[in-house]
Amino acid sequence: MSFMPVILWSDALVFLLLLSGIACAWYVRRHEHLLLPWRRVAQSATAMVSLLVLSLFLLAGLLDTLHYQVALPEKNGGETVYSPEVLSVFDKLLTPLRTHTEKTYSAPLAVTLYTKESISDVHGNVLREYPRLRYGGAQLADIQQQGNDVLRRGLSGALAGLAAGLLIALGARRRLAKRGWPLRALLIATLLISAIIGMFIDLATSYHVLGTDKVGQDVLYLSLKSIRTGLIIGTVTTLVTLPLALLLGIAAGYFRGWIDDVIQYIYTVLSSIPSVLLIAAAVLMMQVTIDTHPQWFNNSASRADLRLVFLCLILGVTSWTGLCRLLRGETLKLREMEYIQAAQSFGVSSLRILTRHIMPNVMHIVLISLVMDFSALVLAEAVLSYVGVGVDPSMISFGTMINAARLEMGREPMVWWALASAFGFMLVLVLAANLFADAVRDAFDPRLNRTEVAA
Amino acid sequence: MGDILNVSGLVTQLRNGARIVDDISFSIKAGETYALLGESGCGKSMTALSLLRLLPDGVVRTSGKAQLDGVDMFDLHEREMRAVRGGTAAMIFQEPGLSLNPVMTVGAQIAEVLELHQGMRGALVRQRSVELLGKVGIPDAARRVTEYPLQLSGGMKQRVMIAMALAGQPKLLIADEPTTALDVTTQAQVLQLLRDTQSANGMSLLLITHDLGVVAEMAHQVGVMYAGQIVEQASRTQLLARPLHPYTQKLIAALPDQRRRNQPLAAIPGSVPPLGSVMQGCRFAARCDQAWSLCSEKMPDWAILDNGQGVRCHLYQDRGTLTGEKVNALKGQDDATSDSTPHRESIILQVSDLRVHFPIRTGILQRVVGQVKAVDGVSLDIPQGRTLALVGESGCGKTTLGKALLQLIPPTAGHVQFSGHELIGLAGGELRTKRAAMQMVFQDPYASLNPKMRVAEILEEGMTALNIERDSAARQAHIDTLLDQVGLAHSFKWRYPHEFSGGQRQRIAIARALAVSPQLLICDEPTSALDVSVQAQILNLLKSLQEKLNLSYLFITHNLAVVEYLAHEVCVMYLGRIVERGTAAEVLGMPRHPYTQALLSAVPRIAGQGVERIRLEGDLPSPANPPQGCHFAPRCAHTKDICRAGYPPATKLSSTHIVHCYLYGEG
Amino acid sequence: MLAYLLRRILYAVPILIGVNLLTFALFFVVNTPDDMARMQLGIKRVTPDAIEKWKQQHGYDKPLLLNNTASGTEKITNTIFWQKSASMFALDFGYSDDGRNISREIATRMGPSLAIALPTFLIGLVAYVSFALLMTLFRATALDMAGVALCVVLMSISFLFYIISGQFVVSKLWHLVPISGYDGGTGGFKFVVLPIVIGVIGSVGSSSRWYRTIFLEEIGKDYVRTARSKGLSELAVLFRHVLKNAMIPVLTGVVVVIPLLFMGSLLTESFFGIPGLGSYTIDAINAQDFSVVRAMVFLGSLLYIVGLILTDISYTIVDPRVRLS
Repeated sequence: MSFMPVILWSDALVFLLLLSGIACAWYVRRHEHLLLPWRRVAQSATAMVSLLVLSLFLLAGLLDTLHYQVALPEKNGGETVYSPEVLSVFDKLLTPLRTHTEKTYSAPLAVTLYTKESISDVHGNVLREYPRLRYGGAQLADIQQQGNDVLRRGLSGALAGLAAGLLIALGARRRLAKRGWPLRALLIATLLISAIIGMFIDLATSYHVLGTDKVGQDVLYLSLKSIRTGLIIGTVTTLVTLPLALLLGIAAGYFRGWIDDVIQYIYTVLSSIPSVLLIAAAVLMMQVTIDTHPQWFNNSASRADLRLVFLCLILGVTSWTGLCRLLRGETLKLREMEYIQAAQSFGVSSLRILTRHIMPNVMHIVLISLVMDFSALVLAEAVLSYVGVGVDPSMISFGTMINAARLEMGREPMVWWALASAFGFMLVLVLAANLFADAVRDAFDPRLNRTEVAA
Repeated sequence: MGDILNVSGLVTQLRNGARIVDDISFSIKAGETYALLGESGCGKSMTALSLLRLLPDGVVRTSGKAQLDGVDMFDLHEREMRAVRGGTAAMIFQEPGLSLNPVMTVGAQIAEVLELHQGMRGALVRQRSVELLGKVGIPDAARRVTEYPLQLSGGMKQRVMIAMALAGQPKLLIADEPTTALDVTTQAQVLQLLRDTQSANGMSLLLITHDLGVVAEMAHQVGVMYAGQIVEQASRTQLLARPLHPYTQKLIAALPDQRRRNQPLAAIPGSVPPLGSVMQGCRFAARCDQAWSLCSEKMPDWAILDNGQGVRCHLYQDRGTLTGEKVNALKGQDDATSDSTPHRESIILQVSDLRVHFPIRTGILQRVVGQVKAVDGVSLDIPQGRTLALVGESGCGKTTLGKALLQLIPPTAGHVQFSGHELIGLAGGELRTKRAAMQMVFQDPYASLNPKMRVAEILEEGMTALNIERDSAARQAHIDTLLDQVGLAHSFKWRYPHEFSGGQRQRIAIARALAVSPQLLICDEPTSALDVSVQAQILNLLKSLQEKLNLSYLFITHNLAVVEYLAHEVCVMYLGRIVERGTAAEVLGMPRHPYTQALLSAVPRIAGQGVERIRLEGDLPSPANPPQGCHFAPRCAHTKDICRAGYPPATKLSSTHIVHCYLYGEG
Repeated sequence: MLAYLLRRILYAVPILIGVNLLTFALFFVVNTPDDMARMQLGIKRVTPDAIEKWKQQHGYDKPLLLNNTASGTEKITNTIFWQKSASMFALDFGYSDDGRNISREIATRMGPSLAIALPTFLIGLVAYVSFALLMTLFRATALDMAGVALCVVLMSISFLFYIISGQFVVSKLWHLVPISGYDGGTGGFKFVVLPIVIGVIGSVGSSSRWYRTIFLEEIGKDYVRTARSKGLSELAVLFRHVLKNAMIPVLTGVVVVIPLLFMGSLLTESFFGIPGLGSYTIDAINAQDFSVVRAMVFLGSLLYIVGLILTDISYTIVDPRVRLS
């Protein structure tokens, strides 16, 4: 085989999440009353447009999760040797972006470097000028043509994207029309997004659309790679918070007494430590453990990855308390409901009451809080990386991008593009997540529910 | 005297166009009470809110006129309208507990009105507030003005609401279900207060209620509302003597009452349609047994009969002739049997000296400093196949007693014997096998069914837990039988509770209890959340089930009319203790305990005009700190010294009639 | 009521003990002092002697919980737990890696932190509540919708962006205030104004939206309808009735953070070079100075618990239902 699939820890967790997501979706599809609120979500234009945007991010993140190692040409005694570099399918798709590294900074769409260098021309004279880029605009004979070329490529790319978008829209229209989805908003969004993607693709083949960073890496590539990190922080953390908050929350609310006291004590202790400090302390300790046990990791990717997984774990352990408190309160209310007492009067076991009666009736709170937390976690990643307790510095993330670019703020003229694209991508992701979360909350919160079910 | 309020053609709609108040016209004379009568969701409150222009977001008045004291209210500028609200027209609401601002003192809330509408300032405001509170019968008013709503009882809060309404010296008082949230003895107090105030101030009253008894006691004129329309309008005497509209007829016939004991109630099939759902024809057509094709095609016009009675029904379209007189004879159902002979069968449940105490903890270390004696030494027997009604006002411990019998709340002391087997102290498997024999039907049909489970799953739960009908085909067959028994279609079993109306849900809840073939059902206010017409359906169902399955009922309720209709035996409970028990005829016909007497006389009745009332003073004391001796002594008109000394022992008045009162004992 | 408060205060003690044990476990059990020494000294060229020396320097050369070599009370006191963890109850935080007294450092750095955090908190509170009240007053109109949309966008932007762009635009382009620095005297105003403004803007989105939700929930209640039926104007209803009741949920989130203002903000202080506790913490994290981080964790939770108690006290002031029960 010319490559070998690699499953990092975080990959495994993502697959686990994906599987449970699919299982949940399948379960919901078969239960009309569970589907009902989702129908309300589907009728909201903002929700569906943000879902479209989110699913694009998700697609990028998932492609970036399929990791593999390439076999090296030389063989070691008949055994295939694999390159220590772990790549993903997404890397493969972005090969030109990944491999076309310049010497150092260059502005978006530039054809020359950002700083002057001494160049000796054919006559041996040393000149101070902006050297041409190795890849950006390399096809141009004359840098004067750059403006026209960018315009032409941008336009043709946008048109091609638009055409592709139209095809997709026409294909999907028939199937979506019946369900009362907001077709017009979706159509406009699809066309807009596909035009932008088309433009980026066409331009990216011959330019660095968002410039390059200090070591000449393409900023667009970095931004796209950051998506996975953000998504993992936002979702894998759930794997920790959800079971903790759900089990402890409903157990405390249902059983009360000493169980409640113990659980309340645990979460009050945890939540009384300011979360940044608790995370910082835990991450510092994790760093010590990782640094003192270098033998645990066979390559840098797995090391950075494990650190990411641990970060999620730590974020999860520090952030389950809020949801737990909510669920405890709701369970306290639910346990006084008459249907629970009816079950008790049949002698139904506590475990069964918890799983059949309490759990299904708190799931809307869980869902709302998970979608709401997602955007907060994505934002937190950037801050934590800045503070120095975030992901591994070698891992590409919005936080590390901002952290690296921030140091160049003082430069004259300023290197703004890395910051701008990191913030831009983050804004789009978080905004879409927030809008989607709002729609989910509106659809699921029984306090906001309309009377439509009363009939 | 002239009209103080004149409403014509009032239409109020939801934003989506549904007409929730549809072409309402009526007028109120000065000094009179006009009652808007109707079941929940028929648009009564929306009518009132439309008049004061206080409609919630998403609801708009679209046409109509309303003249209050000669001023057209819908033409006023919002600023002028504010002078009307609380000035010319004041309003009080259903939930006095929620309608007062919890963080402002009572005095401050009254003062707002005085400052706004009477232009009073300073010491005068306080003086007048105290005066108003005194007027509405609040003792120690000078102290009460500085208190917060939470320090007052429900009845007192409603009095404060009335005082606040009176502060602006209104010509019209709109009372939206003013006593629905109150106990029956408190209700009698508040209704009396409203009548007194009216006669003292000459103010008009627009009374919104679902309770025919309240209408019979209060109203001069009545408008009967159904699904957004007034279907009948008449004076009180006319309406009660000869209701015209089939709906009104049925509504009156659906009231449970002693005289209907041995016959099923005239239940109206189905339930009130959601507001705005019926757009064509008569809104009652679907539930009306006199409807013909025209009824569902054309909306009947408003017809005024010779005697001034107005009605919206095709039966009366050729004016003046009372063709509608052919009031349907109540369809006697086949299983209506008489039970006039008091037979005593085997006792199925025997409770002796049951106590449920809850500790009160205070202080830094949460030490137990006292006990709330929710149930304090209750003894009762329920014979096989009979109904024992447990009557009492809220907070008397009747629900706690019911739950303690089922071991949902652990009793503190006493004995509960089911068919001779002691239940208290049983645990685990032993208790489980006994559970099948005793089940509960709860008050709120919206809270008693898990919204995330299908009907079949709900019915199956008990069978699974108690290992009944292990075979799945047999189980499904059993579910079908249960649905038949409670009068629901088999196809309902794959649906979720939210698809059903309140009455249907209560049927499902009854089926759930029946699933494990119990011998005793504890029914905790099973109809108090339902409309009168639906209540009748459920009561009929319970009665016929009792006959078919020889069930025993412990019927917990505060509704004496239901007791009169259903119960064989009655226990009256006051502050955790039973004060009187006996057969229904004994307790309801010859009540001996002063509390029972007061309770019975407080019930507003259609036919009860002119009955001498026993007014109870004050409120139910806290069960955490019950009065010494007889708990009822402080409110009793016949209190003697001995009453405060110790709790009266049981006095046997007959072989079945027992009362705890010194009036009848040797003491 | 007094008993209630006393009980709340007593309840804080086991929580603080829990925090203390947790930090102890985190810093001394998950990784042994040996690990930390190895880390500090560099993994590669570390000798057992160097580790011992480092531990001795920093007072980590004792047993964790029980000193069997000592006698009497020393058995317990001459341990890492007693000297490093339990001592924090006496607000004795020991010495940082660079040999300074942490307690003294904290005392001097609280001032600058407070100089930024307190105005940010106060101005923010007034601004968010007013904005939310405005949206509530115009609820369900285009103005309200626009306000909510603005909130959602503002809360989707990273706080780092507010700081970086604020510094860039205000300080670098417009030269209105210095980029960073701090002066405790009267001249300090120019240093604190930008951090405060950015701090306020940074959470305008989430806070205003939260307050708006609270107000809207209050305004749907029955007593508001009563107030309107008395003929009060919408403004009077909002200020006299709704605001008063909404204070209770608002206080829940607000009072608890007041003591934490002493801790300052990590990001703001580090970007603007404010010598407060926030930048102290961040420096400690970057220098991997565990003693300081440990001290800050304990101090943070201590202040948080003080905040919880203050919240309870504030309830008794605002809510007669708590005061009278």
